[in-house]
Amino acid sequence: MKFRKISRLINFLGPFIGLLLIILIFSLIPDVQARFFRFGNFIGVATQSVIVALGALGMTMIIISGGIDLSIGSVIALVSVVAAFAAKSGASPIIAVLAGIAAGAMAGFLNGLLITSLRLVPFIVTMGMMGIARGTAKWIAGNQKIDAPLSWINGIMTKSPNPPWLVLSPGIWITIFLAVLVALVLKYSVFGRHIFAIGSNENTARLCGIRVNRVKIMIYGTAGLLTGLAGVMQFSRLTVGDPTVATGIELDVIAAVVIGGGSLSGGEGSVLGTMIGVLIMAFLRNGCTMVGWPNYIQEIIIGMIIVVAVTIDQLRYRREI
Amino acid sequence: MTESGAVLLRMGNISKRFGSTIALENVGFDLRKGEIHSLIGENGAGKSTLMKIISGALKPDSGEILLDGRPYSPENPIDARKQGIAMIYQELNLAPHLNAVENVMLGIEGTRFGFLKRREMGEKVKQALIALNHSEIPLDVPVYQLGVSSQQIIEIARALVMKAKIIIMDEPTSSLSSDDMETLFKIIKDLKKEGIAVIYISHFLEEIKRVADRYTVLRDGQCVGNGEIGESTVEDLITLMLGRMLDEIYTRVPFSIGDKILELDSLYGKKFPIDANLSLRRGEILGITGLIGAGRTEMLNTIYGLAPIRSGKIKMAEVTFTKTTPQKMVARGVGFLSENRKEEGLALSRSVADNISLSNFRPFARWGWISTEKLAKGVRSWIRKLDIAVSDPEQKVSALSGGNQQKVAIARLLQTDSDILLLDEPTRGIDVKSKAHIYRIITELAQKGKAIIFVSSYIPELLGICNRIAVMHRGRIIDIQATECWDEHSLMLSASVGKTGCFAKEGQRVTS
Repeated sequence: MKFRKISRLINFLGPFIGLLLIILIFSLIPDVQARFFRFGNFIGVATQSVIVALGALGMTMIIISGGIDLSIGSVIALVSVVAAFAAKSGASPIIAVLAGIAAGAMAGFLNGLLITSLRLVPFIVTMGMMGIARGTAKWIAGNQKIDAPLSWINGIMTKSPNPPWLVLSPGIWITIFLAVLVALVLKYSVFGRHIFAIGSNENTARLCGIRVNRVKIMIYGTAGLLTGLAGVMQFSRLTVGDPTVATGIELDVIAAVVIGGGSLSGGEGSVLGTMIGVLIMAFLRNGCTMVGWPNYIQEIIIGMIIVVAVTIDQLRYRREI
Repeated sequence: MTESGAVLLRMGNISKRFGSTIALENVGFDLRKGEIHSLIGENGAGKSTLMKIISGALKPDSGEILLDGRPYSPENPIDARKQGIAMIYQELNLAPHLNAVENVMLGIEGTRFGFLKRREMGEKVKQALIALNHSEIPLDVPVYQLGVSSQQIIEIARALVMKAKIIIMDEPTSSLSSDDMETLFKIIKDLKKEGIAVIYISHFLEEIKRVADRYTVLRDGQCVGNGEIGESTVEDLITLMLGRMLDEIYTRVPFSIGDKILELDSLYGKKFPIDANLSLRRGEILGITGLIGAGRTEMLNTIYGLAPIRSGKIKMAEVTFTKTTPQKMVARGVGFLSENRKEEGLALSRSVADNISLSNFRPFARWGWISTEKLAKGVRSWIRKLDIAVSDPEQKVSALSGGNQQKVAIARLLQTDSDILLLDEPTRGIDVKSKAHIYRIITELAQKGKAIIFVSSYIPELLGICNRIAVMHRGRIIDIQATECWDEHSLMLSASVGKTGCFAKEGQRVTS
């Protein structure tokens, strides 16, 4: 039916229009225009978005399944510390990277295992993991930053990639590749359908013989892998393992998913929407900084945007039912 | 009741429509002071609509109501309560973490300068419990620590504290043990002595015979009879309640019964079923009926692994097991259609295509990746086969009518090609045309050699398409007979009295 096609188009276009609007507004402010509307600046924003974007990919899967993950920030810190620790102890860069990703996957897997086996709500389990991962990171790092020798890892997040024909940093390419992959998984794989089904109605999924617990563990495990990668990006950018880094980033990640059309009650969300949500927040921060607005103004604006985005989403949903 | 009390509530020519459905048509209802009046009727006869009108939750389209001789038209339930009408629901309405006093006084707390008058409130509740002869119920513990019976008494105490003149009880015994039932009956008699009128709604006719003074029977939204309970037999009441003809909407086919495919051996569930024994063969449709709360759904849930097996065995062609999960049952070729479409049966916010394909992606996927073309083709063929009225497979299920939603759920069930189908109220709340279609689908499946368990409260449909019918009563399968041995009267009698079909059959012959 035509009407539904149009409404689906609006679903997709809503956040996209929001993003364009934000870019447009900052591009029209005379003092800011020249610095803001530049390819270099856009690349900078994209590079800054990589960490949140990778976390948000996993969070999109989790939120679609009706769950939530509060431990992302802490796990990113843990991963950066683990990777730095490995590198400092003389491991080759590739081993350090793998160790970091493994730590992230482990945390995610543990989240899934606790949620399903203890039958606790994800909010509580991942809140616990938030403390556990942060504490472990501080413990490993001896409560300070770990300096690691420079290596190719630090080139992943650079703004001027080597070789130059890459144009964008390897981190951005990796993020784009994974975003496409996760989008395909969500749309065209049996696993993806199961994620949507569990989020939409867990009872139904169970009746249909879906191994709900196994799927959930897979969701949190996969999200952990992505968070692990985000942690490696964090390490790459800072060149040190910092146990206090990325505090509160989980809220940015959740906000990005929600702005992009994800529903906290599950069953809805898309990778494209989430990525646009990530960019909306990144451009806002970037623009506000250029205008010279203080941090608190940014926080207020982002808070308002979250409420507005979700309100619009709710209105649309109510009309459909 | 022999002496005729003054009329307390008089309802005349009450009519109520919901869209095109007539819920009540010119219904009259008289309630006398201090009487226990039973309201009888099948599901959907209009009992709850009538009670909602009395308790202020609905307004009638036409008709008049007099309470104590004065016109009565409550604005809302709170208004009705103020005028002395209290309703006690099947599912108790207490806040579990509050104690008896807090629950009884909820919303009517007495205060002085903003502070609760604790002592006065406690005293009021205590008096009410004394009036009910249950002063032993503790006032200061959270009510979830008390038994169901005590909780119910606390609800009745609330009605007393609010000086109710009329107490409506909707299926009050459905969750009580037999001892607790005796307690309740005694309390009802005490209420009567206090001059309070009780409207007593129950499916259990033997209870009604015991406790009620008079009765009113509703059928299809009309009042079809009333009178003194002492002058009527249980059979009379059943005859009044039924009176529907078997339509030609049922597809009758000869059954060709095959091998035994499922057997329950003394199966006990968490609460229900109790000691369930039955066997099911290929090509047969076994109907199971019983009153609400008789344990039919619990039995299906236990078989399907949604509820734990306490003891006993389930035997299938090759395997015998004492515990199971839905995943295992799907793998063993068992499909389940939930009675609760909205909460369990369907993912309402997803599309028709998503819902149909959910149970089995194998035909549409390779290595875990779905072919959208195959999926669309498969879904379209199911939509055609079951004649589901959708414009687009991507349409959300929530936008469909009840009948079409149910067809989506059935399509999903059939998609797994199970050998055994457990259907829980597959035609509840859907239109007649869809019902007829679903009956045809079910009989065709039986002809193909599937074994079907068909749980329903609607007796005519069981008589219409099953080859055997079992009756459950308070958690037990009390009788299984070939359909030819049953009729509406004997099934209804068996379900509500809990005696075997042979007894019921004889009882029915005596009166006819």
